[in-house]
Amino acid sequence: MLKLTREIEEKIRKAGAEAYPNECCGILFGSEVDGGHAVNALKPIENARESGEQYHRFLITAEDMMQAELDARKLGLEIVGFYHSHPDHPARPSDYDRDHALPFYSYIILRVAEGRPELMTSWQLQLSREAFDSEELVIEP
Amino acid sequence: MSVNVLIPSALRGFVDRQSEVEAEGATVGEALAHVAAQYPDLKHQIYEDDSNLRGFVNVFVDGTNIKKLKGLDTPVANGATVMIVPAIAGGF
Repeated sequence: MLKLTREIEEKIRKAGAEAYPNECCGILFGSEVDGGHAVNALKPIENARESGEQYHRFLITAEDMMQAELDARKLGLEIVGFYHSHPDHPARPSDYDRDHALPFYSYIILRVAEGRPELMTSWQLQLSREAFDSEELVIEP
Repeated sequence: MSVNVLIPSALRGFVDRQSEVEAEGATVGEALAHVAAQYPDLKHQIYEDDSNLRGFVNVFVDGTNIKKLKGLDTPVANGATVMIVPAIAGGF
């Protein structure tokens, strides 16, 4: 289960629409709660993939991740996951997502169709790395 | 040399939920090997074999990526901060 506030959900939807036809990406700060994660803040990240690949790929550089880890520690939070958009593609993790994911983290995927944000889902990679499990997305006011 | 190794949230489950652990070593490689010896489950997660880190694992020493230094042979000073940072990517 991944808990989000309505405000954070809206920020992710807006980021997906603004990045279209490319993928947006960012980092979720929060904490572990019973049965999952709660998100308290997010950090939008500039997609570091080359421009010709950004329509179906995102990359968060090691330097951005290092800074985010330090930011999280200062906030008394931890990195609990990431969000990215799938422009004109289902909100389901791909084999590429699985190959580049880590267990523990929550991975939000937002489908953006013709510029409009649509279905938002969240996933966690199994420890075996063989597949993702869907996790409930709980939006709080 | 004694160094602090900062553990990212995704790997804390393999080090008794600690966000940082102490390690001994004169180089980054020695310090990480010291941590891996204490926490074999972490070793499995970050090493692809006995000496090479997995591709998604980046390491910073006092804020500098060791890829810009001498890799695992990068020397560490007493009290240095060694940070394990996963690379993040995706798409379809």
